Order: sequence, then structure tokens, then C-alpha cells
Amino acid sequence: MELLNTFALMSNYVFVPALAYGSQLALGALGITLVFGVLRFANFAHGDLMAFGTMGVVLMTYWLQAQGVSIDPLPTALLALPVGIALAVGVSLLIDRTVYRFYRRRRAAPVVYVVASVGVMYVLNGLTRFIIGPDDQRFTDGARFLISAGDFKRMTGLDEGITIKLTQALTVVVAVLMVAALFWFLQKTRTGKAMRAYSDNEDLALLSGISPDRVVAVTWVIAAVLATVAGTLYGLDKSFKPFVYFQLILPMFAAAIVGGIGQPIGAIVGAYIVAFSEVMLTYAYKRALMYMGPEGWGPDGLMQILSTEYKFAISFLILVFVLLVRPTGIFRGKVI
Amino acid sequence: MSALLTRTRLAYLGIILLLLLVGIFQSWSVAMVMINLCLISAVMALGVNIQWGYAGLFSAGTVGFVALGGLAGVLISEAPIPEAWDVGGAGLIYSVAVLAALIAAVLIILTVMKPGTVRRIVLTFVILGGYFTVRYFFDPATEAIEGVNPAGQGFLGGLGLPILISWPVGGLLAALVAWGIGKVALGLRSDYLAIATLGIAEIVIAVIKNEDWLARGVKNVSGLARPMPKEIVLQESPTFIGWVEWLHSGALSTVAGDERIQMLRDYAQQDAGLFVKLIYMLLFTIVLLILFALAQRALNSPWGRMMRAIRDNEVAAEAMGKNVTKRHLQTFILGSAVVGIAGAMLTTLDGQFTPSTYNPLRFTFLVWVMVIVGGSGNNHGSVIGGFLIWFVWVQAEPAGIFMMDMLTFFMAPDNPVRLHLLDAAAQMRPLLMGLVLLLAMRFSPKGILPEPVRTVR
Repeated sequence: MELLNTFALMSNYVFVPALAYGSQLALGALGITLVFGVLRFANFAHGDLMAFGTMGVVLMTYWLQAQGVSIDPLPTALLALPVGIALAVGVSLLIDRTVYRFYRRRRAAPVVYVVASVGVMYVLNGLTRFIIGPDDQRFTDGARFLISAGDFKRMTGLDEGITIKLTQALTVVVAVLMVAALFWFLQKTRTGKAMRAYSDNEDLALLSGISPDRVVAVTWVIAAVLATVAGTLYGLDKSFKPFVYFQLILPMFAAAIVGGIGQPIGAIVGAYIVAFSEVMLTYAYKRALMYMGPEGWGPDGLMQILSTEYKFAISFLILVFVLLVRPTGIFRGKVI
Repeated sequence: MSALLTRTRLAYLGIILLLLLVGIFQSWSVAMVMINLCLISAVMALGVNIQWGYAGLFSAGTVGFVALGGLAGVLISEAPIPEAWDVGGAGLIYSVAVLAALIAAVLIILTVMKPGTVRRIVLTFVILGGYFTVRYFFDPATEAIEGVNPAGQGFLGGLGLPILISWPVGGLLAALVAWGIGKVALGLRSDYLAIATLGIAEIVIAVIKNEDWLARGVKNVSGLARPMPKEIVLQESPTFIGWVEWLHSGALSTVAGDERIQMLRDYAQQDAGLFVKLIYMLLFTIVLLILFALAQRALNSPWGRMMRAIRDNEVAAEAMGKNVTKRHLQTFILGSAVVGIAGAMLTTLDGQFTPSTYNPLRFTFLVWVMVIVGGSGNNHGSVIGGFLIWFVWVQAEPAGIFMMDMLTFFMAPDNPVRLHLLDAAAQMRPLLMGLVLLLAMRFSPKGILPEPVRTVR
């Protein structure tokens, strides 16, 4: 019984949140890794692209709510998603046309793209904050829980409950669907194959008659869709705040590099590694240990390995570890 | 070359004119505050130019090195707090000792044992055990330190040395961190340095904000020591009043009695402020000139030539026997040290250490814009960029509000769109600076003062 309680406790505070967070990171990291594979630079603007697309979703959700539209128990944001996606895709294509294409034609060094992407990051960040403001936005509605702690306790008779928020379940379902669709696209369709060929060897792909502009445009569309979906799921699960999205690029980069940058599978595996490390290292194990230990005994401190303020340090440490031990990442991504 | 020289002179002239205009139309005090921050910006831009202009290294973590310099200001100049050392000093020293032992143990295991599963398991246990031992000493010690007079102290204090010493120390601190991060990230893809520096900057700032025992975290350390007497002291000092009397003898001679005393007091008050700013200006100018001369010498030396060769063609330089990774590490450390010095200067000027002000837009990105707009690879360009962009930055907010006001003049004062736009004008800065950077990179990639074209005679 004690063991089951510990298990329930850990699932509730570690496994479920980390799974949801990991799925959100995975969608974001996939975008980063695709842009890296095809355009060959680390896109610093990805976090703010996420924020920009999500802003469209949030504003559309508010409008729909004001109109009385609802798809209860599901959150209204799902209805608003296409608007945010269209916005993010539009702005991505526009930016590629006005900023990156110039450097692509000149075959500029990758670091020049990185600097340009930092410029894009601030433009997008400024636009987002200009339109919606820098404050927290809560746009979640619909049912809150799929399984509430009370239900779970009643069902199993345990002292500890497992809560699964609807947004968490939704995140995992949507992420699985998106990833399945992406892999089908990359493996089975002509355009997907062209993208992979281009990523593998640009010159050979050009010789085979693959249009680089088309491949690049498709990449941006996919990256923007993934970013908006990831951003919306993250915002539904927590809340929407532009600055937090900017900070998300560090765990997303870490995920992409750990898995092997340019490798879609790697980005997903990397995202779960980062998410689980982050949640597990910042979780206070006090109660879990109390169940494991003898009756009436409890550790003095919170038994937290790192305080939550340092959760970004975890992605960084993972990143440093990978760069030192295996710079190509788990799935041998592109390096040097 | 001579065209560039004329251009350089014109650029400096333009900047001086701009600042004179501020002095005449706004006030001399405002102009001097601006000049001081311009000088600091120029030093930062010089540091980033060493990284980007000389070597083509992109660091996205300048803000972290600025913060480290600022931290040095606190650690050097604040008086030590004996009570805090009494309650927590020993524990802190034990935890550092355990940490050192842990690192030694890991290194020994890595050299002695053969790679494999056994080594991995042993390493995991040693690191975990060591970590909890460190925490065992560290947690109670820091808690005790933070408990000492938390309203005003609650940290270890510093060394109680003159704050000017913190300038080189800030540089050293930044250099140390740069060495660590450079060791990890250099020699791989060029993007990795950018990502790694972004991470280290986040961590440095998180540590400074949360480790209250170190420098009080977000509770700030204010009233730092200064390299010159305070304004209040100056106003009372007979020597200073004598100077003021001499300076304003013309105006003072027109009045007499109580009126004259009042007038003298007003002048003394006003001049004390200007005097302090002037001293800062002199100190900053000296630092800028020294660093500039060194940077210029380095750029024109064989070392500088090697750096440019590496930047322009890494493969060729490597084929000529140059150790690219080592040279990159060297320039990255040097540039970061210069940024660290600027960080310490900034904290000295502010007279306080406020971790919440270290935001990447203001320190990483803005300095980047300075270097690229000014002209990467040209030290004069960095200085000009530092002055010009700081000027634009300071003026951007009032200009943004003014523009919004003009754009919406036809709307009613309580129109929600107008109110939102006026409110959002404060958010104009990132947008404006992002656009400036993108436009500069696209249409004037060489900047205001391009890198001189060097030809072999």
C-alpha cells in the first residue's frame, strides 16, 4: 500500500507533468531541429515565433468566448488554433522572404543567420508585447480535469490521488497526432522526401531538381505549425506570458542537441529527457520518502535536489554534458 | 584609407555635436549622465567587437558577463560582515572544501578507472554522495547567513576594498567563466557557442538573483562605496565651496548678504552633482582609452592578422598551422573580460547592484546592435556605435510615446485603441532595435565605419 501510494504520488507530481511538458517541448524542438536540418542554423527566434502564434490563438479565443462560442468540455482555444497557425505561418514566410533569403542567396556563414535570427527574435517579441502586452494571459476554459484526485482516491482507495488535467491529456494526444503526421509526411510524401534529401546534401538535392525555395518554404510552414501548437498547449497547461516563451528556447535547444540536431526522432527523445530531468531534479521528495520510510518518520528538508529557480540550469547542464561527451547527440545529428 | 579617416573624424564630430545639443536643449546634467552611459556602452561594444569583429564569435550571453562584473563591485567594495562569517563562514568553507574534494575524486576516477559500466556507476554514486555532502554543509550555513539582520545585510559582505579594484576583478571573474564555457562550446559548430552562452547568462543571473547570501539577490545592495566623495560631503567642503565661488564669481558679485549665501548654496549643490559626474566621466574615459589603445595594438599586430585570417577562412588558417580553437578561446576570454570591466563600471556608476535590471535586451542585444551598426572589426566603429545606439535607446521611449500621441491625435482621449497604443509605446524598444539590427545587417553590413581594407605593400 505504501509503495502504491508512493507510486501514485510520483505519478501525480513527476510523471504526468513531465510527460505533458516533454510533449510541448518535443513539438517546439522538432521545429528547431527541422529549421536546423534544412536551413542549417540555430533559430533563436523560435520561442518568440511560438509566442506570436499563440498570441493569435489567445486573441481569437477571447473573441470566440465573447461571441459565446464554446466546445465544452474541450477548450475553445482548439477552435482558435487555425487562426494562430495562419498568423505564424504568414509571419514565418514573410520573414524568410525579407530576411533569410538574402543571406541564403549569398551563401552566408551560419553564424550570420544566427545573428539575423536574434534580430527576428526581438522584432517578434516586440510585436507580441506591442499587441497583447507583456502580462500573463489565462485563456483556458472547458473542463479542468480528466481524472481528479478525489475520483482517483475513490476508485483505488489510496491516500494519494493522481490528477490528470484535461489540458495534459490533450497535450499528449495532440502531440502524438502531430508527430505521427509529421513522420508520415517526411517518410512518405514527395515533398517530405525532398526535404530530407535537401537536408542530407544540399548540392545533390539541387542537382536532382529539388526546388530549394519550395523546400525552405515547406520547412517554415511546418516549423510555424509545430511552434503554434506547442505554444498553445503550453499556454493552456500553464499560462501565456511572452517572456516565458522566450526562455523556453534554452530547453528546446537542449532537447534538439541532446537528441542529435537535425534528427526529428532525436528532438522528441531529447525533449522527454530534458523534461523528465527538469521535473525530477526540482521535485521535493519529502513526502515520497515519508511513505517509503518507517511510520512517523520524515526527512528534515524538502529533499529537493535543485530549487525550481534553477530549472533552466538543468537544460544547460544536460547540454554541456552532451557537448563534452557526445557532441553529435544520441542519434548522431549533424555536427561541425 | 584616408576616406575612412575622414569618415571616422566626421563620425566623432557628429557624436560630439549630438551630445552638445542634448546639453543645450535638455540640460548639462542629462548630457553628462548620457555621456557616462555612452562611455560604458562603448567599452562593452569594444569587448563584443573583440569577439565578433576580430574572430567572428557570436556570444548570446553578454548580459551574464556584465552581471558578473557588477557582482565584483559588491564583493570588492562592501565591508565584510563579521556576524555573517561567524554564523555561516565555517559551513561555507567546508562545503567549498567538499566540492573541491569531489572534483578531485571525479578526476581521479576518470584517469584511474577504465571506461565502462563500472566506472559510470561509481561516478554516479560519488557525484550524488558528494552533492548531498556539499548541501549538508551549504544549506544551514547560507540559511544562517541570510538570517543575520535580513533587512539590511543577510549576506557575507565583501572585502571592503576601494571599488575601483572591482573593475579589473570584474574582468577577471568574467574571463574565468568565459574560459569554462569556451572550453565546452568552442571547437564545435559556431551556433553552439551562442546557445551555450545564452544558457550560462541565464544561470549567472538566476544565481545572482536567488543566492541571497552572496549579494542579497533581488533585495539589491545599495549605497555602494564610490571612488569620490558624495555630493553632500562636497557641498559642505570649504575647498569645494571655494572653487564654486571662483567659478561663479561674476554672478555672485552682483548680489550680497543672505542672497549671496543662498545663491552660493544653490551653485554648490548644482556643481557638486556635475563634479561627481565629471569625475566618473574622466575615469571612464581613461579606461576606454587604455582598452582602446590595447585593442587597437592587438588588431594591428601579427596576432590581429592571424585572427582575421582565422575569421575569414578557418580551414586555410588551420592548414597554415594555426590552432583555431585555442585562438577562439583566447579572443572569447579577452572580449568577455572587457565586458566584465564595463559591468563593474556600470555598478560603480549606479552605486547599487540590482540583479533584476540585467535583461538580455538591454545588455546582450543592444551591445550587438552597437557593434554591427558601428562597424564590426573596427574599434572606432564600436565606440561610435556605443555612443550612437545608446543615444537612440534613451530617446526611443519618449519618441515612441510622442509618435503614438501624434498618430492618435484625432481619437478621443479615452479611446481604448489610443490608450492601448500609448501604453504599448513602452514596448517599442525591442521592435525598434530588432529592426535596426536587421536593416543594418542587410543594407549596411559593414556599418558606419567599415573595417579598413588592408593591403600588402
